[in-house]
Amino acid sequence: MSTNETDIEALVAKKYEHGFITDIESETFEPGLDENIIRRLSKLKGEPQFMLDWRLKSFAIWKKMRQPNWAKLNIEPIDYQAISYYSAPKSPDDAPKSLDEVDPKLLETYEKLGIPLHERAKLAGVAVDAVFDSVSVATTFKGKLHDAGVIFCSFSDAVKEHPELIEQYLGTVVPPRDNYFAALNSAVFSDGSFVYIPKGVRCPMELSTYFRINAANTGQFERTLIIAAEGSHVSYLEGCTAPQRDENQLHAAVVELITEQDATIKYSTVQNWYPGDEEGKGGIYNFVTKRGDCRGARSKISWTQVEAGSAVTWKYPSCVLRGEDSVGEFYSVAVTNNYQQADTGTKMIHIGANTRSTIISKGISAGKAQNAYRGLVKIFPTAKNARNYTQCDSLLMGDQCGAHTFPYMEVKEPSAIVEHEATTSKIAEDQLFYCRQRGLSEEDAVNMIVNGFCKDVFRELPMEFAVEAQALMNVSLEGAVG
Amino acid sequence: MLLEVKDLHASIGGKEILKGLSLTIKAGEVHAIMGPNGSGKSTLAQILAGREGYEVTAGSVRYNGVNLLDLEPEGRAQAGLFLGFQYPVEIPGVNNVYLLKAALNARQKAAGKPEIDAVSFMRLVKEKAALMEMDQSFLSRSVNEGFSGGEKKRNEIFQMAVLEPTLAILDETDSGLDIDALKVVANGVNLQRRDDRSVLLITHYQRLLDYIEPDYVHVLANGKIIHSGDKSLALQLEAEGYDALMAKAAG
Repeated sequence: MSTNETDIEALVAKKYEHGFITDIESETFEPGLDENIIRRLSKLKGEPQFMLDWRLKSFAIWKKMRQPNWAKLNIEPIDYQAISYYSAPKSPDDAPKSLDEVDPKLLETYEKLGIPLHERAKLAGVAVDAVFDSVSVATTFKGKLHDAGVIFCSFSDAVKEHPELIEQYLGTVVPPRDNYFAALNSAVFSDGSFVYIPKGVRCPMELSTYFRINAANTGQFERTLIIAAEGSHVSYLEGCTAPQRDENQLHAAVVELITEQDATIKYSTVQNWYPGDEEGKGGIYNFVTKRGDCRGARSKISWTQVEAGSAVTWKYPSCVLRGEDSVGEFYSVAVTNNYQQADTGTKMIHIGANTRSTIISKGISAGKAQNAYRGLVKIFPTAKNARNYTQCDSLLMGDQCGAHTFPYMEVKEPSAIVEHEATTSKIAEDQLFYCRQRGLSEEDAVNMIVNGFCKDVFRELPMEFAVEAQALMNVSLEGAVG
Repeated sequence: MLLEVKDLHASIGGKEILKGLSLTIKAGEVHAIMGPNGSGKSTLAQILAGREGYEVTAGSVRYNGVNLLDLEPEGRAQAGLFLGFQYPVEIPGVNNVYLLKAALNARQKAAGKPEIDAVSFMRLVKEKAALMEMDQSFLSRSVNEGFSGGEKKRNEIFQMAVLEPTLAILDETDSGLDIDALKVVANGVNLQRRDDRSVLLITHYQRLLDYIEPDYVHVLANGKIIHSGDKSLALQLEAEGYDALMAKAAG
């Protein structure tokens, strides 16, 4: 880090005036994937040679791999040649002109979720121009971040503006050969976000509000890279409680986090992609590789996720605890209803001495849904006095859903302490009756019990999202009882 | 007439538990129902509160002029019926006060009244907690989670104090309490006695009635009330036992 720190600072100071939104020519590729498609994609995005080489190398790796089938998921075969790997952003001419033209059901959901008024139009895909409220908000934020020296831009912009940072860090946490979906993403990723927090800087705001307003259209193969230099701190939130629809059924994102000495990244996700209808038709396949690398001593990475959407969720946000005394955390609520399937959890890889990790996982199943927790706690011989605490709780609603827990532990160091607690409970008839006897409607009683169950996770979310996440639980489980 | 139960027959899983039970409670009265285990005491409480799983096969229950059996459990609660549970339920992660506030506001809403504001609510809650000699820390703990048996029962009467019911059915509120806790709970109930509030005490032992003096005592055996009287009946029961009374009723 130290050698090019000054270069980075200079870059930060100089180049950040470029905006977040990337303009790309309007074009949509025909379905199919080969080297030629990747070359066209890279050219279209104006990428430097190293980026194209990396994509091609990743593609070669992917071709030799097979889609994994170890997860407890029932997935229809995916035809990777039937997918278009680049689609132009929708023309504003096709978008609704005002909220009056938006599906009233969607607006009702926004209302229930408590989405601020000024964000609803943007989320509903209403074509808005420069007079819109959020533009001035965004400009104010941009100024603040710039003054702090924070780089926060789209991944495409970062490739152009900060190629040396991308070349240095990309794929160092999740290499292309890590897994099938990571390889695919590395070959064809469309866009995403890039964050660099310089040494000693505490990011002056949650990188959430800004993101929500600016990046509603994140795309199918998202790539995110966040680097927190020595002693820095950032809290980042991706996604949104509002239901998001996308014509692309397959999503394969990769997120890489890097913390240097004494740095902290708090990464919160609220995922609410279209889950399919009540019969299980449609819905997003969400295959995500998220990993954080605690490289420096006393660094910390904390994942908090609320997974409510998608037909299939396959993700295991993980921490590699390399630095001594580094800390990894994973707080998760995964709720599945109707025919949704989730196989999610985390990996905590303890390498450094005195490393600590905490895993709190809450799975809620309703309808005919299946919900699996899969977690690995691995303690290397070098991780003297490492500690892990894992708690996995499952809540079942009705008798046609399933909850599964697959904890793996590999402990190679006798001084380590690894604790695991797991419970499975049905939303009990007597709890519901107790609340109703006090005067609550059945629906309010279910909401209260579910939110109580999720409390340990929700309190890790940034305040405004904690409130929305509670509302999201209620909407997701609507009609699950009674 | 606040509550009028007439010739109530009810069964669970095809087995008849209540076999023609009749009971009338007027406003302001305190009734005690005593009886041996398995006589149907708790079943009566559950049916009055609207617990699913019981089948009423004959008879009627009128409460404040309406057919109580037509109402959902929450409808009954909103109409002022409170059940103090024999086994209060734990709800992890749900704040004690939060549940109470939601409960109180559900009643306000049903009565067409505005929701209670946070400041007035906290004042009310603190006042009632003091009444029940409850530590403030109870308020912010999860509903009944990790509470001792005595704390759970005390919490029930505290909830009753906040919700101010018209009819409180207290199902074996004395079971599992030591004498000090029993005094606190009984005192809490006594302080809540009013001309427009009725109480139905369900108990196995006479001991509770030393502290909460009932207007009437009924003996329930084999799904029916076999004997009614004033508080002296409880003392007689204590001295002679259920068997003697049941034999007398049978003979």
